[in-house]
Amino acid sequence: MSIHALGDARVLTGRSLRHIVRSPDTIITTAVTPVALLLLFVYVLGGAIRTGEHGSYIDYMLPGILLITIASGIAYTAYRLFLDLQSGIFDRFQSMPVARSSVLWAHVLTSLAANLASVAIVIGVALLMGFRTGASLAAWLAVAGILILFTTALTWLAVIAGLSAKTVDGASAFSYPLILLPFISSAFVPTRSMPGPVAWFAEHQPVTSIVDSIRALFAQQPVHDDIWVALGWLVAILVLAYGFAIASYRRRLG
Amino acid sequence: MSAGAAVVTRGIEKSFKGVPVLRGVDLDVDAGSIFALLGSNGAGKTTLVRILSTLLKADAGTAEVNGADVASRSAEVRESISLTGQFAAVDDVLTGRENLVLVARLRHLPDPRGIADELLARFALTEAANRRAGTYSGGMRRRLDIAMSLIGDPPVVFLDEPTTGLDPQARAEVWATVEQLAGRGTTVLLTTQYLDEAEQLADRIAILHEGRILVSGTLAELKRLLPVATVEYVEKQPSLEEVFLALVSGTPDGGRSPGPIPSRKEPR
Repeated sequence: MSIHALGDARVLTGRSLRHIVRSPDTIITTAVTPVALLLLFVYVLGGAIRTGEHGSYIDYMLPGILLITIASGIAYTAYRLFLDLQSGIFDRFQSMPVARSSVLWAHVLTSLAANLASVAIVIGVALLMGFRTGASLAAWLAVAGILILFTTALTWLAVIAGLSAKTVDGASAFSYPLILLPFISSAFVPTRSMPGPVAWFAEHQPVTSIVDSIRALFAQQPVHDDIWVALGWLVAILVLAYGFAIASYRRRLG
Repeated sequence: MSAGAAVVTRGIEKSFKGVPVLRGVDLDVDAGSIFALLGSNGAGKTTLVRILSTLLKADAGTAEVNGADVASRSAEVRESISLTGQFAAVDDVLTGRENLVLVARLRHLPDPRGIADELLARFALTEAANRRAGTYSGGMRRRLDIAMSLIGDPPVVFLDEPTTGLDPQARAEVWATVEQLAGRGTTVLLTTQYLDEAEQLADRIAILHEGRILVSGTLAELKRLLPVATVEYVEKQPSLEEVFLALVSGTPDGGRSPGPIPSRKEPR
């Protein structure tokens, strides 16, 4: 990394942010499904769900909805990266005196900006629907930190998909299982209401610890060990995804 | 290598999944010349250009561009080259001007806007400057693409099939641009599958076939490889291309042509 690398990443991030500003529908469509799920779960299904916790159901399920927002948003990152490869503009950047890492970092930073914008929209709708939290500034920052880490980890997964995809559909298909994971977690119903094996899976997959941590932060309750389990998962996914992304990036130059 | 060589390769080999594409390519391109690499589809032209522009590593052999080895001093090579790929690599979402400013910034040049304005004028894109490149015609996209490649005046320019998919008019524009470039002392290595393109533009021509250079030389040298021509008298008919250009010239797409249609090149 050098001064040039930072400058190049800034210029290239500016470029892909311009793509998003010019087609804001990607941010909106990222937010539409989570908002629809919010409405469905709060106004249709929520009445029958007993979480056994204080507070309204929307307070309970918003953390899961935020993770779904990000999981669907990163598909666009894979898509944008794939289009850059297809159009040859990626090769153009690579054959220029541009720090090579900055080409990928630009997509990662753009992904962060776009997903945080979608998350902000979803939180805004949730507030209108009655979501309330007395979380302190520190707790909000902790939530933001978890969401940023989650977005970054999943974005590097998206980079792998974007680099290795053969078709546009393939570039975004990887995100579907990620969008479904929150449903088999404590995001919408307590895991103890699930049958044994499913409950075991739900309790041992990353989404549950992340959701529980965010929920506790919003509810001003102690986060227990959940936060460490969550951070462990996120850092592990981030390191693995980053490693594989860089490896498949290098393989292109083989 | 001689002082006047811009590109030198020795024994370049490259296989993909065990299938050899390049089987030992030796190439010498003089600085300031137009060198045409002629070959049919699948001959390995693009693979060679990708190796020379540091996008791909060779399995064996050495290649130097502007005096720097492409493998060990790739950053220096990237300082001195530009690549125009088979498909116009422009950002469709950005305007023509923004595309040029982007490349000028990435090349760390002062006054990116001034550079963009100058190139827009030179490539007859000023009127379309603030439209998204996605709305451009094929010829305009190619002009923008080449304009982006010329930012920073790289001494060596690789053009990979620059006229594939272009109509005759746009093709003539590209030819004029290539001649202008060589006139300024830029080395141009272009690949093509069109024989007339190589004949029209190139100082030297190499024929790449099944991963090897079959022959390399000036057009006159290549012609001597075949038996002496017998003189026959045939009626001169205008070619379809001549008819087409005569009928449609004066109404080019989206702007004027950057120069006259090049006539046959004089040996330099």
